[in-house]
Amino acid sequence: MNGVVLNENLSRFTELGIYASMAFYAVAFFLLSMNLARAASEKALVRKQAPKLETAGIWLIVVGALFQAIGVVGRGVAVGRVPWANMYEFTITSTLVAVVIFAIAQFVKKEIRFVGVLLSGFVTLALGIATTLWYVQVKTLMPALQNYWLYIHVSLAIVGTGFFNIAAAMSIAYLLKSAKWVTEPKPALAGNALFKLFKRILDLFPGLEQLEQTSYRFNIIGVILWTFTLLAGAVWAERAWHRFWGWDTKEVWTFIIWMIYAGYLHAKATRGWSGKRSAWLVVVGFAAIIFNFTIVNLFFKGLHVYSGLK
Amino acid sequence: MATSQRSKTKGNEPVEAADQAPVGRPGDHITGTGIAEPTLGIAGWGRWIWRQVTSMRTALILLLMLAAAAIPGSIFPQRSADPNGVTTYFQQNPATAPVLDKMQLFDVYSSAWFSAIYILLFVSLIGCVVPRIGVHWQAVFAPPAATPTNLSRMPAFKAVKLGNKKRALLLDAAKSELKRGGYRIAADAESVAAERGYWRETGNLVFHVSLVGLLIAVGIGGAYSYSGQRVLVEGDTFVNNLAGYDSFNPGIAFNESQLPPFALTLDRFTVKYYIDKNYAGNNGTPLNFKADVTVTKQGQTKGTKSVIQVNEPIDMPGASVYLTGNGYAPVITVRDSKGNIAYTGPVIYLPQDANMTSLGVIKVPDAKPKQFGILSFFYPTAGKLRTGAYTSIFPANANPLVTMNIYEGNLGLDSGIPSNVFSLAVHGLNQLTGGKTGVKSIELKVGDSAKLPDNLGTVSFDSLRRYASLDVDYNPAQGWVLLFALLAITGLMMSLLIPRRRVWVKLSETGFEVAALARGDDPRLETVVAKLATTLKPKKAAKTAENDETMPEKGKE
Repeated sequence: MNGVVLNENLSRFTELGIYASMAFYAVAFFLLSMNLARAASEKALVRKQAPKLETAGIWLIVVGALFQAIGVVGRGVAVGRVPWANMYEFTITSTLVAVVIFAIAQFVKKEIRFVGVLLSGFVTLALGIATTLWYVQVKTLMPALQNYWLYIHVSLAIVGTGFFNIAAAMSIAYLLKSAKWVTEPKPALAGNALFKLFKRILDLFPGLEQLEQTSYRFNIIGVILWTFTLLAGAVWAERAWHRFWGWDTKEVWTFIIWMIYAGYLHAKATRGWSGKRSAWLVVVGFAAIIFNFTIVNLFFKGLHVYSGLK
Repeated sequence: MATSQRSKTKGNEPVEAADQAPVGRPGDHITGTGIAEPTLGIAGWGRWIWRQVTSMRTALILLLMLAAAAIPGSIFPQRSADPNGVTTYFQQNPATAPVLDKMQLFDVYSSAWFSAIYILLFVSLIGCVVPRIGVHWQAVFAPPAATPTNLSRMPAFKAVKLGNKKRALLLDAAKSELKRGGYRIAADAESVAAERGYWRETGNLVFHVSLVGLLIAVGIGGAYSYSGQRVLVEGDTFVNNLAGYDSFNPGIAFNESQLPPFALTLDRFTVKYYIDKNYAGNNGTPLNFKADVTVTKQGQTKGTKSVIQVNEPIDMPGASVYLTGNGYAPVITVRDSKGNIAYTGPVIYLPQDANMTSLGVIKVPDAKPKQFGILSFFYPTAGKLRTGAYTSIFPANANPLVTMNIYEGNLGLDSGIPSNVFSLAVHGLNQLTGGKTGVKSIELKVGDSAKLPDNLGTVSFDSLRRYASLDVDYNPAQGWVLLFALLAITGLMMSLLIPRRRVWVKLSETGFEVAALARGDDPRLETVVAKLATTLKPKKAAKTAENDETMPEKGKE
């Protein structure tokens, strides 16, 4: 009679997959951090142990992704639709996509493996927040969302966010590596053993030019996907909300994010703005994405109120 | 362009950096008056300002300013998106609201300062793009730039040793190989110069020009568009003219003759709610809203049956009708003490929660001897809280109940000041039932009637109907907006993904050299050079001599 059969028990059961994946990611984060510390060691013997840790960390991420996939697919089956209609679902799905993009990319290009440590840490944190604060019982979709545009518009946003996420990690690494307090430390800091280790870890990262370039390549894919997200959203809004653009808070922030990345693309081609300043724009752009997803969803008034939280 | 002398510095950016200078000239190009006079004349200043406005840095700063300027619109309620929010803000912050309003913070996206930024941005865009169109036009028809003297300074470079005999046919082979790769070529006796990826700049220009088109289409569309709202109770008919709307927002160039003549009757409004005995977590969530309507166009005597649902408006030439809201409209009849009908008809009750507990107001100014107003709640499925108060426990009408509190006194309707039909200003009125009066509120089920206190008359709940909120919208430029948006996204993809690259093959004293230079990012630059060198090198030829010095950090490939 309802047309949909909801299954809260299945959702709760497969959420265990999310918890399991968090455990794997957390251990991966630990191993990959150790890997960096070891690889940065001054002792050749310690350095030798590092690659094994890295391989182990990457495999843990892959296994974690499999468990997370159980959680994501399980939730999808439990609600009888795509699992990305509220904050909990969006978080578990988008982080899975980011992890999968990373897992594939690191096979193709080994140099980006170092991103694994940032990504596993970030995903563990995000999943922790999603399962504890944002979990909502299985619900059917409000009529406005029961549309094929949900598949197109949101999946584009998810994949785009995944690319921006990885690019932001590259730019953060770039900023750390090129920061003045790192490259020209004050004498008191320069002698510090921890600082020395930190510096050696940074030395393990790819060169500045490569970080900048890789970040750019992930970002342009992100920008294209984000533009499609915006366009698909406008086409859908015309059908669902009787206008293609109405400065709804979520529309405003999608616009702001698009503008920041447009600024970034111009900065890359402006003398004096490439390098550090563009890297900052990438960080600001990604911060705006996180802001758009958390603060705007939870505290701003608007039509995109899908968190499902009260 | 002044690319060659800059290309020696790191990577590819210096080539792109040249873009910030007026196209076709290096950034330090000095024009006329500037050098001859110690002070700039008006023309000189004009040129200087124009140079600043159209520079890449200005565009970049304007982009970031526009992003920042959009933020307040998400913090303060906007008249365009949330007019009620603005009213509420004024009530809650009477001191600061007028100041914020002066700064146009409730109309951010039509404000002078927001407009100033985007207009400047578009001026900058046009000033930057128009000359680039000319330059690109020439580049497309001009042969590729001649081979530079020193190829080893290029970001990708490879030298191959080769005997004299084998060099003879090399340039021909290079020509055909590069042609096959989509390059345009120019050759002299010693070298081949090739270039590809012109579509990159074409895409870039298409993207920017499309944005101008998009802005114009949005502007014209906004001027001629309209958006009207109408609440329609089951059985009622709406006729499409200005008088038929509850509220109407026209564009500045709108003319009433734009409204296509039609009449629309709401035959039935149905909502499907989720219900599952075994899982309460989703009960009462609406699954579907459906409005069965009859549309009669001009000249027709019989209407056409049609259905409006969320995401599925009806589209007519000049108007689309959308379903935006719904609620209950109990039919109420009020008779005064003499038995005369003082009010009768469906009353629009506004939903207050997910279970459709709804609030309605009835004003009875014509009642004799005294005016009175009714503040009323409607519960589609009434249930009692522990406190004894009613609440609705399910949004469908399984156990409909209306409760009423009566307020006697001057309703202020005769003063000429427009008042909100959905609210009752109870201040100054005398409450007769409910609250602290000690008199029980009036409770009515469908078909019930009750006596009003103080001998005011009677009230009855005759039947229950539903209503739908409809939105009639039209934007004549909408198709153009979509077209320009699609063009823009196509151009964007071309400009980001197609590599623009120059490749040179040159005979040297000991063999030949291959070099390449990219404009913008090019992940395959090294690969292209290496591959071309291998392809051109005859089998069993001499060893390759790589010049690692010219490939900092990229030598790994």
